[in-house]
Amino acid sequence: MSEFKAKPEELAEKINYKTPHKSWMDPYIEIKHGSFNYSGIPKNVEYLKLPNPRKWQPTEDEWQLPENWKEIILTGLKERLDKFRSLKIFMDICVRCGACSDKCHFFIGSGDPKNMPVLRAELLRSVYRNDFTTAGKVFGKFAGGRELTIDVIKEWFYYFYQCTQCRRCSVFCPYGIDTAEVTILVRELLNLIGINIDWVITPVANSFRTGNHLGIQPHGFKDSIDFAVEELETIIGIKVDAPINKKGAEVLFVTPSADYFGDPHYFTLLGYLALFHEIGLDYTWTTFASEGGNFGSFVSHDLMKSLNTKIYSEAKRLGVKWILGGECGHMWRVLHQYMDTLNGPADFLEEPVSPITGTKYENAKSTKMVHICEFTADLIKNNKIQLDKSRNDKLKVTFHDSCNPSRAMGLIEEPRYVINNTCNHFYEMPENTIKEQTFCCGSGAGLGTDENLEMRLRGGLPRANAVKFVNEKNGVNFLGCICAIDKATLPPLMDYWVPGVQVGGIHELVGNALVIKGEKERTTDLRGEPYVEKAKEEIETSTKE
Amino acid sequence: MNLFFSFSALVILILLAVIGVEAVKLEFLFGVIIPYVAIAFFLIGIIYKVIYWARSPVPFRITTTAGQQKSLPWIKNSKLESPNTTLGVIGRMLLEVLLFRSLFRNTKAELKKGPKLVYGSSRYLWLAALAFHWAFLIIVLRHFRYFSEPIPAFVPFLQNLDGFLQIGLPILYITNVLIVVALTYLFFRRLFDPKLKYFSLASDYFPLLLLLGIALTGILMRYFTKVDIVSVKEMAVGLFSFQPVVPEGIGVMFYLHLFLVSVLLAYFPFSKLMHFAGVFLSPTRNLANNNRMKRHVNPWNAPVRIHTYEEYEDEFRDVMKASGLPLEKE
Ligand code: HEM
Ligand code: SF4
Ligand code: SF4
Repeated sequence: MSEFKAKPEELAEKINYKTPHKSWMDPYIEIKHGSFNYSGIPKNVEYLKLPNPRKWQPTEDEWQLPENWKEIILTGLKERLDKFRSLKIFMDICVRCGACSDKCHFFIGSGDPKNMPVLRAELLRSVYRNDFTTAGKVFGKFAGGRELTIDVIKEWFYYFYQCTQCRRCSVFCPYGIDTAEVTILVRELLNLIGINIDWVITPVANSFRTGNHLGIQPHGFKDSIDFAVEELETIIGIKVDAPINKKGAEVLFVTPSADYFGDPHYFTLLGYLALFHEIGLDYTWTTFASEGGNFGSFVSHDLMKSLNTKIYSEAKRLGVKWILGGECGHMWRVLHQYMDTLNGPADFLEEPVSPITGTKYENAKSTKMVHICEFTADLIKNNKIQLDKSRNDKLKVTFHDSCNPSRAMGLIEEPRYVINNTCNHFYEMPENTIKEQTFCCGSGAGLGTDENLEMRLRGGLPRANAVKFVNEKNGVNFLGCICAIDKATLPPLMDYWVPGVQVGGIHELVGNALVIKGEKERTTDLRGEPYVEKAKEEIETSTKE
Repeated sequence: MNLFFSFSALVILILLAVIGVEAVKLEFLFGVIIPYVAIAFFLIGIIYKVIYWARSPVPFRITTTAGQQKSLPWIKNSKLESPNTTLGVIGRMLLEVLLFRSLFRNTKAELKKGPKLVYGSSRYLWLAALAFHWAFLIIVLRHFRYFSEPIPAFVPFLQNLDGFLQIGLPILYITNVLIVVALTYLFFRRLFDPKLKYFSLASDYFPLLLLLGIALTGILMRYFTKVDIVSVKEMAVGLFSFQPVVPEGIGVMFYLHLFLVSVLLAYFPFSKLMHFAGVFLSPTRNLANNNRMKRHVNPWNAPVRIHTYEEYEDEFRDVMKASGLPLEKE
């Protein structure tokens, strides 16, 4: 990890909510180390045919923008106003009531007033007012107008890459103003003049070419699935079948690439493999659409579409009936709210029906893609799988609702139902920090880099603090989540703020608890660690107390 | 600075009206021409703005869900927080518009030593906003007793309701107290909460001051300076029937009140006050969460550059073959 050294208490103590003397209207930013991301590398910017590939860094004075950058931005803004009613409405109707102001994890963790959602949006709104409204054209500054300058652009870069598009602000706004939507569109604008970050651009280029963010080629994909199958065999004593690119399978399974390369995602992958084996699902993996996530959605609507096409086109090529999707947050934002519109109609697929329970997924009848938690909850409800909860007894579990499943899907009870059926010790975090009010991990929307670590730890404070609460109160030691970005970024967050709390997926819990026909006597969980009878006893005595 | 600008603007407006009517005797201008111009601005401006918004499509269904989706039949769907039917959406919108549902959620985050974050409920904003808006609505409706002859039936009903305390003569209307108290709270909140003060613009103070001005001049007229109601009604009915008359002796307070209302009307379409219409068009609230059930069509859904399976297989055919993955073309 990077040079970030401040101790947790020190960092928290230094959070200062005092507002500066200087008006926010004067664009002034200091690109702080630990709080920004490096620029996209020219090779990948070029590969994606995005504008203005060049070597540059945000810390440099000269950003090497095209000469007519201002014209590009203003024309781009006009175009987006004409294409998105949301943008016009969000620009025009904010009353600056401040209800959203302390709802953003980045504001809570940094105290920087421009991280209040209202001011983040005002950074664009002031330019909109200046150039696109009558009041702004007549009264200029007095109507809240602000001229677009290079410094404003730099400020946009800094603050719209300190928004994880989590939409918490939108839940509290009396008009539903969604700063995430503003962020998405400002990032689009910035990309028009070649301002972007590598942690987004490189995964997008990889995904475009190889089908997944990590750039894993088809044989590499096969190797890692094969390896997982072997590893699972050592745990359960059964070699499961994991078909890849199999034509005519009933179901196509798509999940984030981190699941087969990342830790602790990997244990969730083992859970999927075990589950699909146990229920005898006729399914296939795919190398071409080997990424459920969509970092394109962190660049522009176009790139989101461009990457997303692979899922339907692969489903069509393989001739499956419907699609099942793994645990991931922003992936499900795209699948639930965009995919059908962008790349549908999926009339070559069938309305999804569970081959095991016969349940019709009425809620997915048009998009034809089902969330794994919906799928598993239905299996459990219909008693199609046997779960031994005690195998998760050493875990005291809490659940982090990922932003997108909760605020863009409403997938709230399904994972809880699965958790409650796979473990005996489940504790909710305080109500203002879960479900639709959940706090972001602080690293979503492409911000999960090492160079951005300080801002991530700050932005993750509200989440971590709520975990700390149940950790101290209930001894919680396992933070369950259904998002690949969470699985990657919550562990360092926990290490920093609440050491001793493990992070893992819900289907890891499923895999642990799942009683598989013909399995050998299982002595370890999916992490290869003993189930620990002793720990079980300890828990029993402690709950008696 | 922003406050100063708004305040000065209001003072100048008041002086304009007072001097205009008292010294220069421009009753016709202030009593007829300006109100007509203001109403024209108001109506045309609002229509223009709503058309301006409506001209842009809603490319994606980006509902913000604040409750359980409809999925499996045995999981209880939150019909108002995550509606999947039009009826549900209407319910959600009604809750927003009539009761300010989202604002009701408001909390205040505080960072204590430890670090320990706590989120206290914070409903004063909700309460004041609700009090102001309802009082404003009722007051506007009560005004119909001046605008139309015969007086619509709802007016006496509202008057009775509003005056049920039966205090004072003329009877004290509760809404008159509420609107002043609520506006004062909303105004001072902007001054005393450092966060709000930091981002408040002149256009945030101005409507509050203007509305306070309107409310106070109205109250002064009703309870203190008194006006000749018969002449006022004559004038109002004249305005609305396009046969304007300017009766004698109405008094400057009335012209001031009318002028400030005219300013409000004319200013309205150019300001954040348009939230009253915009809230109905907000896509995170007025769309159903039925995304996977029903396809949403984007009228400009443009083709994009894609990487096809054929291109992919062409690039990776050798390695795919070597690792035994099935191929389209050998
Ligand atoms: C459908 C109708 C309306 C809805 C749902 C609505 C809702 C809201 C809400 C939720 C707020 C934020 C709370 C606050 O800051 O006080 C607000 C503020 C405000 N509304 Fe409305 N409103 C509506 C109509 C109107 C109308 C017709 C006016 C006309 C004068 C108005 C004037 C204001 C003002 C001045 C504020 C700002 C208060 C402040 O600055 O603190 N609203 N409105
Ligand atoms: S809650 Fe909504 S209206 Fe209020 S300041 Fe925030 S974005 Fe503006
Ligand atoms: S979307 Fe999330 S990160 Fe962005 S401003 Fe709103 S609360 Fe903050």
